[in-house]
Amino acid sequence: MKRKLLSMVLCLSVVAAMAMGCGNPKEAKNEPVKTSDAAKADDKADANDAADADDAADDAAEDTSGDEKLVVGFAQIGQESGWRDAETMSIQTYAEEHSDTIELHFADAQQKQENQIKAIKSFIEQDVDVIGLAPVVETGWDQVFAEAKDAGIPIVLLDRRADVSEDLYTTFIGSDFIEEGKMAAAEMAKLIGEEGKIVELEGTVGASAATDRKKGFDDEIAASYPNIEIIASQTGDFTRAQGKEVMESFLKSNSDIKGVYAHNDDMALGAIEAIKEAGLKPGEDIKTVSVDGVKDIFEAMAAGEANCTVECNPLLGPLFFEVAAQLKAGESVEKWVKSVDGVFTADMAAEVLPDRQY
Amino acid sequence: MKEKWNKLSQKKAFWPVVIFLVILLFNGIMTGGEFFSLSIVDGHLYGRLIDIFRNGSKLMILAAGMTMVLATGGTDISVGSVMAISGAIACSIVNGNILPGLHGNVAAAVVLSILAGTLCGFWNGFLVAKVKIQPIVATMILLVAGRGIAQLITKGKIITVNSDAYYFINGGYILGLPFPLFIVIFLVGLLLLFVSRTSFGLFLESVGCNAKASKFAGIKVDRMLLAIYTISGAFAAVAGLIESSGIKGADCNNAGLNIELDAILAVAIGGTNLMGGRFSIPASIAGALIVQSITTTVLAQGVPAAYIRVLKAILIIVICLSQSKEFKGMLAAHKTAKKRKAVEE
Repeated sequence: MKRKLLSMVLCLSVVAAMAMGCGNPKEAKNEPVKTSDAAKADDKADANDAADADDAADDAAEDTSGDEKLVVGFAQIGQESGWRDAETMSIQTYAEEHSDTIELHFADAQQKQENQIKAIKSFIEQDVDVIGLAPVVETGWDQVFAEAKDAGIPIVLLDRRADVSEDLYTTFIGSDFIEEGKMAAAEMAKLIGEEGKIVELEGTVGASAATDRKKGFDDEIAASYPNIEIIASQTGDFTRAQGKEVMESFLKSNSDIKGVYAHNDDMALGAIEAIKEAGLKPGEDIKTVSVDGVKDIFEAMAAGEANCTVECNPLLGPLFFEVAAQLKAGESVEKWVKSVDGVFTADMAAEVLPDRQY
Repeated sequence: MKEKWNKLSQKKAFWPVVIFLVILLFNGIMTGGEFFSLSIVDGHLYGRLIDIFRNGSKLMILAAGMTMVLATGGTDISVGSVMAISGAIACSIVNGNILPGLHGNVAAAVVLSILAGTLCGFWNGFLVAKVKIQPIVATMILLVAGRGIAQLITKGKIITVNSDAYYFINGGYILGLPFPLFIVIFLVGLLLLFVSRTSFGLFLESVGCNAKASKFAGIKVDRMLLAIYTISGAFAAVAGLIESSGIKGADCNNAGLNIELDAILAVAIGGTNLMGGRFSIPASIAGALIVQSITTTVLAQGVPAAYIRVLKAILIIVICLSQSKEFKGMLAAHKTAKKRKAVEE
């Protein structure tokens, strides 16, 4: 009797754990594409260069629409962050708007590689024109990519790379983190008048975003701004709490910090709290430059507590479909299609803020 | 005098406190005294020592709850997830995302999120005490599911709050000292009174040593376990409030991530046997301060990011060895053997 009860409760709790642990799968899984007016507005508002891509993609898509639709299968990671939601929304909205020329099969992998592999296999069976993928992890893709290659279906990687040999995928669309670091360096130099001591909050050790954003920034500072000195650099693991704790420590060791560069906005937000604790004014006494462009940093900029963010553009939908259309038409594309990132400063923040989606 | 010293060094908390002081002293020497410098900024104390106590407050609270759980021979690995849940609930209420009827009332948010943590703890206790699932498995359910629950509450986004009243939980000061320190003193004081002034502490040790014998001796083991896991859950909720208040937001992916291991480590450094039995809450508090001060040391010394984990591992090994009776015995035996050899020659 007791044992039965035990096994029942165990089963129940495991089911509960599964249901809860998976976020809300029903909402996102294989659902027909939703349209959001707000997202459209956003699309237009800050995709300064994406607009051109938009048109180009339109043209390309129309070329092929004569006989058949462009059929694209996309395997998304799942719900992960506001950034990822914006990317998903951008892809789905674009497909919805161009539903006469594009047919999108969207799969939500719920953070699991096996789900993405399953999705890709089913795309191969459906014989789609192009497979899009934001790989959840870097390794373990060789076999399924080879299958797609044998079936003659090009694979487009979006915003994250996969650790496979170059001939297995067709192209990678994503930001150039080194370029982001360089842009951040230029902004920092502008803010502090090209001289003074600054500190750096690094992302998670080993993450490509952290390594490259550091390299781009450090190289640019060393090459172009000899009077700026990076006096301390430490990992804040891309989190607010760590960003705050590390900044607290920096502020105790150094009294004349003029600026802080953070590899993502959340660490900058943590650092802002630490600066306030030290009795200084973030945004004035110590300038901030960070990367990503999340909504909260825009709010901080509007409040005068942050200075600048280099946006890592998540609205990759238009660019992705442009590339997909080119591939279907048999054109060749670059191995790395770089998405265009923008810089936002405090005086632009209040204006842009109402349209921010992520 | 010597008797007093002996008595003092017999206490469980003695060596952890000494180690903590040694770490502080090391930092003080390495930074040329800068480590100990305290100044007054905006009417409150400001310095690295204050940071250690404020940033360590979460861990001290968790370690206090964890000590009792470990003393029963169990473990609670769900505390990090419970922290995420409590932060998510509190921030969502303050922000008006859930229960907008409360109009972002901070007091209500605090009470409700502690209640949620208590409920989580009760669930753990129920699974361990009544359903008799092994503690590590029972609490693993919430470890996995808890973060999912927190993400459901916040819809997977970081919820930012701009309430000064809420920020006071972490960033506030009373008499120039950080408010979290007063939370720690209050909670740990309460717990110590409860454990030392009632028979609860004695029963707890007896359950940890031999649950079956305790049961036959008339101790209501099930009820004790239920109470202890519930307290651990409630304490985790308070720690979650401190964490989310410090960053003015609920970061469900990272709040309290892997902190359960730090809490267990703190208790272990404090000298409580993880298999259950004799325990000391003050020693665990000192253990928590050691764990926190290691982080602060690494930051203060400017260790390159890639070496942090290795350095922490080495420090922890040294501390654990210095705590081990067997290791000390081996050292002593080695020394006497050397001496004898020297004499013989």
